[in-house]
Formats: sequence, structure tokens, C-alpha cells
Amino acid sequence: MTAATAPPRSELTFAKARGSRKIKNNIATSLVSLAFAIALIPLIWLLWTVISKGYHVIFSSGWWTSDQAGIDPRVKGGGALAAIIGTAEQVALCTVISVPVGLLVGVFLVEYGRGLFARVTTFMVDILTGIPSIVAALFIYALFVTTLGGIGAGWLVSLALVILMIPVIVRTTEEMLRLVPNELREASYALGIPKWKTIVRVVIPTAFSGLITGIVLGVARVAGETAPLLILVGYSATTNMNLFSNPQSTLPGFINQEFININTSSGTAAYHLDANGNRVAGAVANYAPDRLWGAALTLIIIVMALNLIARLIGRRNKVAS
Amino acid sequence: MTDRAKKRAAGSSLPPPRVGDESVEASPDLDPTSPDVLGDGVRAHDVTVVGSSQPLAIGLDGARPVSGAGSAAAGGKSRIGDKVFLGLSAGASGFVIVLVVLIGVFLLIKSVPSIVDDKVNFLTSTEWSPTPGNLRFGIAPLLWVTVIISLIALIVAVPIAIGIALFITQYAPRRIAKPVAYTIDLLAAIPSIVFGIWGATVLSPKLEPVQSFLSHIPLPLFDNKHANGTIFDGSVVLAVMILPIITAISRDVFERTPRANIEAALALGATKWEMIRIAVLPHGRPGVISGSMLGLGRALGETIAVYLILSTVGGPFSFSIFTGGETFASKIANGSAEFNNPASTGAYIAAGLVLFVLTFLVNSAARAIVNRRKEFS
Repeated sequence: MTAATAPPRSELTFAKARGSRKIKNNIATSLVSLAFAIALIPLIWLLWTVISKGYHVIFSSGWWTSDQAGIDPRVKGGGALAAIIGTAEQVALCTVISVPVGLLVGVFLVEYGRGLFARVTTFMVDILTGIPSIVAALFIYALFVTTLGGIGAGWLVSLALVILMIPVIVRTTEEMLRLVPNELREASYALGIPKWKTIVRVVIPTAFSGLITGIVLGVARVAGETAPLLILVGYSATTNMNLFSNPQSTLPGFINQEFININTSSGTAAYHLDANGNRVAGAVANYAPDRLWGAALTLIIIVMALNLIARLIGRRNKVAS
Repeated sequence: MTDRAKKRAAGSSLPPPRVGDESVEASPDLDPTSPDVLGDGVRAHDVTVVGSSQPLAIGLDGARPVSGAGSAAAGGKSRIGDKVFLGLSAGASGFVIVLVVLIGVFLLIKSVPSIVDDKVNFLTSTEWSPTPGNLRFGIAPLLWVTVIISLIALIVAVPIAIGIALFITQYAPRRIAKPVAYTIDLLAAIPSIVFGIWGATVLSPKLEPVQSFLSHIPLPLFDNKHANGTIFDGSVVLAVMILPIITAISRDVFERTPRANIEAALALGATKWEMIRIAVLPHGRPGVISGSMLGLGRALGETIAVYLILSTVGGPFSFSIFTGGETFASKIANGSAEFNNPASTGAYIAAGLVLFVLTFLVNSAARAIVNRRKEFS
């Protein structure tokens, strides 16, 4: 047996690094491990802050079933229902517009995309990917409010979110469709099936779970997007189901509002308006921080759930292929 | 599947056509890898044409007779379907192109009149009072704060991101690497407004000692202004926010270091660190750079976190990072109440336009680096 005659493994290795080289190597190893530890600090700290300050809020009665109508920072109670409805509606409208456009562009780039038109499209999608959300919001504002004389409302936010979501969908569609083996397409063509039907019946179903993953991730990305809200729609404490008129609450908008409330009601400014002028700052309970962290936790739960769903669907995809 | 085909066949007036001995019912199973895929959209005649050597007399749904294998695609109906579908997808692409052009054009035409009416130099002035009739606004401080806050974020984030990427790809055993990667991705899932409120209320007070310590450096950049909500605070939060994207891209390129290079380095007696320095890092450099640029692009455009963290200062302009300030994005967000007339709105849109151009340049630089790497490999 050769294994028996072979020298022990340690004798085969080259001379061990010594001195400064060894020290350098050890330093590098510890620095690299340290990097991960450093990255963990903010993550754990942030999650701990949000959970520890927010959990009792989201379990309080009425959090999921009532809005903030008639409730100011000094009053206990109320919930995030208005915000959840607003976020759901705005994101739903955004998704309904973005998904078909994004899918079709992705299909175009992968299945038809040749020549100048496709290159220009890719370039434009690249630009869209990098557009800051505030610029998207400004554009919608310039187009619909300044030029067309519209009034800020939820649907404008949806349109701004569309600008942010389309590139996400296009990119994942492209990526997923490129993973579909060409043999499947060729088999379909060989069966005499026209190209469009091949795409609709063969290519897209094969990539389906990947596409859904991309869509869900896109939804998660825009659900937490705040910048367009600041410009395009006012905050409303009451539930507003109408996307097309009046201010509307959303989860990020709600968080932003409660963030403002922390400052105003703990300062003196809030009490000038109060009938009881003898109250001192701090003597009055301020429930804004509770709501702030409660809303933040709610938003994180929703976004994380979406991410988890996307991941599960993605995993199923891997098993299938 | 088979049932559907049966139903279709049953619904038509003609008996199901046959190809050799094979019945229509069995045909959809021709493609075993995707049984689901042909679905009910495949009309019986489409399937039966396949493999048939003789002309098929009649299409089931009244289409003109087709003959020969594969010729179904040339049928009038299919061609219309193809045209419609191509039209739709090209139309969507056209829509995207028009959208981007519109964004550029609208930002331009809405901002140019205000820039022209600007009483002070748009690029170098530190004033910002876009009162209609007396427009005085300049982007110099916005540009400075935007760039410095993002650069510091980058300086903080890149070494850590490289470290994590190396940890995941070179050091950690596979069993640990995956959860580690997932944990870092988790950071990317947290909405930026949550980073904002955390940074403003929790992190910022805790960074006070760090600021006092750093302010001993005798440079104008480190002048201690004893302010809350400083540029430095914003940078630290931005660093956390761009960490996942830089890590993800670095990880990707480090993973693809050719095995041969790694083994060659080790065979020469290199320690692990030396191997990383001579094999992994040079290979991954373009990826790390482009990932950093993408992170920079994100930091430049980040709105809400910066808006919540930075205190807005009214004082004279200073180069210190230990003071408040406004980036392009937070300026626009702060100014949304002033969007009540075209002239002042134009001033903010002008700021948005500059931000747009800035992020565009950074992102295209990142992409150029990626593409160049593709050409080489």
C-alpha cells in the first residue's frame, strides 16, 4: 500500500512561515474576523432597539385595527391601520404598473434584444437603477403637479415608486430568463410553436419562481421607500382609502410623522397651543416614541416577511432546476 | 393535461387527428422536462403537426390547412401573435427609454429658468433663498456635504466590506459562510427610514465621544462644532447602509478567483494572507472598485436617513464634518413646503438635476469598470 509508505502529512508541507510573516498572517486573520463582528454590531443594535422599544406597541390593543384619528402625541392608543392600508394600496398600484412593464422589457432584452434599440434600453435601465428616490419623486412632482396642475395624492407616490421598481424587475427578469436553458426554447420551436407562445408557455413558466422572487424583492424595496412621500402626499391621521385624493398615511410616512412628534411635544413649541399654559415640557406623557418604534417594527416585520417569502420561493426554484 | 387535451378534442366537431398510432392525448407529454409548460395553449393541431410526414388536412379551429413539420409557426394567426408580443415588449422598452428621457428633459426645463434667474452663481454660491423674484441659490455647500458624507461612508464601509467578503469566501467554513452572508444581506432589507430614526435617536448621541476624540486632529475637516446630528453621524449610518452591496459584489469576485492562482500561491509557500494579497485581491480589485462605486452612488442619493439624522445649520459654511448640513437629497426633502411656486420649485429641481447627473456619473463609472473586466476575462 502506498498510503502506508507515504511520509506523515506534516513532513510534506513546506517550512512554516516564521517571524513577521506569521504575525502578519495572524493579524490578517483576526482583522478579517473582526470585520464581520463590526458589521454585526449595528445590525444587532438596530434590531434590538426596534424590537425592544416596539414590541409592546404592536401587541397593544388596536394597533392593527385602528388608525390615529383624533389622537395626538399626548394621548395613548390608536394604531397603524391607516398606514398599513396606505402602504398596501400605494405599493399595489405600483406593482400592477411595474410588473408588466418590467417583465416585458426583460423579455424583450433577453428574447428579442439585439441591435441598437436593445442597447439603448439596457443603458436606460441602468440609468433608472441609479436614480435616487428623491429625484424620481421630483420628476413626478414636476410632471403632474407643476405642469399638469395636479394635487399630491397616493397615486403619485405609486408612480414615483414605479420608476424605482421597474429596473429591479427588469434586472431580475433578465437574469432569470437567461437561466432558462436554450434547449427548452429550441424544443418548443421544433414543435412548431410560435415564438411568443414559446415565451409565454415555456420560458416564463420555467423561470416563474425566479420571477416571483424578483417581484417580491421589488415590493419589499419600495414598501420602505419614504422620500417620495415627503414631496408627493401629505400625512393623514385618519384612514384614507382613496389613492386619488387627499393626504394618505403610509408606514414610512407614519414613522416620519411620529419622529417629528417626538421633537415638537418634548420641546416647548407644542405647549404654546395648549390651553393649560402652566404645563412644563416633559410633564406630559409623549406617546410618539412608542408609536415611532412600533411603526418601525411593523414595517420591518412586513419587509422581512416579504424577503423571507422571496427567499423561500427562490429556494424552491433551485430545487426545480 | 391529458384531460385538457381530451376536452378540447371532444369540444371540436372533428375527431382528434392522429399521427401514426399516437393519439393527441399523449402528445403534450412529448416534453417530459416541462410537462406543465405546454399547457392548454397548445392547440391540438399544433401538436399533431409535429413529426408528421404527411400534410395534415384540417386545422381544428378552422385555420387554413398546414402541412409539414414546424410550419405551424408560419400560420397567419401565429405570426400576428408574434407581432403583437414583439410590439408589446418593444413598446415597454420604448416606454422605459421615453421615461428616462422625460425625467432628464423635465428636470432640465423646470430648472433652467430658475438657474437663469439666479442672482448668484449657481455652482459656487453658499446661499439658499429661492424667493420668487429674488432667486439666490447655490449648490456649493450641498455638493460638499453630499460628497463628503458619502466619501466618509465609503472609507468606513469598504475595508469592513472587503474583510467580510474575505471572511466569507476564504476563511469561514462553508457551514458558517452561508449564515454570515445571509446576515449581511439582512442589513440590506432594513428600510432606510428605520436606519434614519435609529441613527438620529440612538447612534448619534453614542458617537459623541468618537467625535471629541477625532476633533483633536488639527484639520479644518475635524473642527469640533459641538453639534448634534453631524455629517459624521450621517456617514456612519450610510456606511452601514452601503455595506451589504459592497460586500455582495466583493464576495462575488473573490469567489471567482481562479483556483490555480490560489494553489500556485500556496505552493510557493505563501501564508493565507500572502495568498490573498497576491492572488485574491488583485483578481477582485475591479469588482471591489465597482461595488464601492455602486455603494457610493447609493450613498449620494440616500434621502430619508440623511434627512432625519442631519441637523440643518443656518450658520456660515464650514468644512468641518462635526457639524450639521444638508445634502442634495435632504435639501429637497426639507424644502418640500416651498414647492408652492415655479421659481422656488425650480431651484430645488435644479438641485435634483445635479444629484441626478452626479449619481449617473458615479454609476456609469462603476459599470464601465465592470464591463472592462468582462472584456478581459
